Amino acid sequence: MTKRLTPILISILSFLLVWHLITRYSGIPNFILPSPLSVWTRFLRAVDDRSLPYHTGITLIEILLGLLTGVLFATVVGYLLAKSRSLERVLSPYLVASQAIPVVAIAPLLVIWLGEGILSKVVICALIVFFPVLVNTIVGVRAVPIALYDLMNSLHATRAQILWKVEVPASLPVFLGGLRIGATLSVIGAIVGELVDAEEGLGFLLQLGDFQYDTPMVFVAVFTLIALALMLYGIVTMLERRFLGWQEK
Amino acid sequence: MSHTPILTIRNLSAVFPDNNGGLRALDDISFDVHPREFVCVLGPSGSGKTTLLRILAGLISPTSGSFMFGHGEQPSIGMVFQQANLMPWRTVMDNIKLPLEVISMDSQTARTKAQDMIELVGLQGFEDSLPRDLSGGMAQRVAIARALIHDPDLLLLDEPFASLDAMTRERMWTELSRIWQARQKTVIMVTHSINESLFLADRVLVLTQRPGKVKLDLKVDLPRPRKDDIRYTSHFGRLARKLREAIE
Repeated sequence: MTKRLTPILISILSFLLVWHLITRYSGIPNFILPSPLSVWTRFLRAVDDRSLPYHTGITLIEILLGLLTGVLFATVVGYLLAKSRSLERVLSPYLVASQAIPVVAIAPLLVIWLGEGILSKVVICALIVFFPVLVNTIVGVRAVPIALYDLMNSLHATRAQILWKVEVPASLPVFLGGLRIGATLSVIGAIVGELVDAEEGLGFLLQLGDFQYDTPMVFVAVFTLIALALMLYGIVTMLERRFLGWQEK
Repeated sequence: MSHTPILTIRNLSAVFPDNNGGLRALDDISFDVHPREFVCVLGPSGSGKTTLLRILAGLISPTSGSFMFGHGEQPSIGMVFQQANLMPWRTVMDNIKLPLEVISMDSQTARTKAQDMIELVGLQGFEDSLPRDLSGGMAQRVAIARALIHDPDLLLLDEPFASLDAMTRERMWTELSRIWQARQKTVIMVTHSINESLFLADRVLVLTQRPGKVKLDLKVDLPRPRKDDIRYTSHFGRLARKLREAIE
């Protein structure tokens, strides 16, 4: 473990050092490029006055709810589309068209329709997550070897048994690949929604920092977002380790 | 051997739809299989051997004709495919247990039975191995164990050793022969190897080129247990020649 962490640690430390040296000797003012130290003190203050934990919590809830809804819908719809060619023919024009509309562009619309509260962010997040998970679910389910269906049918297995014992485990590698993309995108979804209009959340904090020329605060918000994205990514990686160990080598 | 057949096949035909009136894979096949009989279906590629097996396994329906199992109900089936067809995410133990999970047997009994099967096919010590770590012969032995564990009425083997190298294949014949004698199953095995069919079967059915018809129904009266060197006896040679002549 230390062997794997050491290069990452060295890389982070040298990044901070270079950043520090630039702010120290380049003469760029602090409100344009704050020093790592001023970002750190701003971070401590934001933790102290509870603004950071609060807004992070809000964004995290939006992300998790959005991710959950998006993944749930995408998995169910993806499975049905994978199993039925005719359903796919009926629905695929809409699905492709829905992807041609950038979610970022309709985010303001969604905020008008659903309000500036948490709901609009959850929906934006779910929409952004939906497509990659959908596509990977379809690809994953379609890639289940026909021979395994033959095996299960020769054993007179039920539909549910085929689903849980064959389709789910066989499509899991591709599905988790989609989830990995979706999890990263979900952070973008929540932030886009908050940037359009919000009273709370990291996007709000980011904009507040921006308006007040509190650039260290903007940095704190951005780093927190990165941490959230990395955490989600890490969870997916853990799921892959746990369930896809048979694939390794 | 009992004289009531366990399986009666009458005038079975299979036509697959294609662009010019359908591809006839099987044409008017009729034969009986008796309990504990080892029947090999031999024929050139494209003679509909696999189609026959898939119909018997209930995976596809025949276009016409019928097949009936002795006791009149859907029999339980153990099937071994050309490829081992294991689930790569399951260990050897869990792959073998699968048919018992399908009939919802409790996990402890299932494990005990799977352990017996693992010993029968000689894979002790590999219980927790994943399919990726098995050789072709070992994987196929797992497949055989899986096909036998739920004590099926009928064992269907679809060229189970086709993907193995010659040495392993011959070793597997002896193995299968031994397992068959230990478990006393009714077996229908599809193959295109004359040696394989004579080494293993009580009876060999030769199918013609597509559409497959039964061309020859040959009783293999070689003594059991059959040893490797039985292939060099003159009687084996005579039977092999009859089969060879029947295959076009």
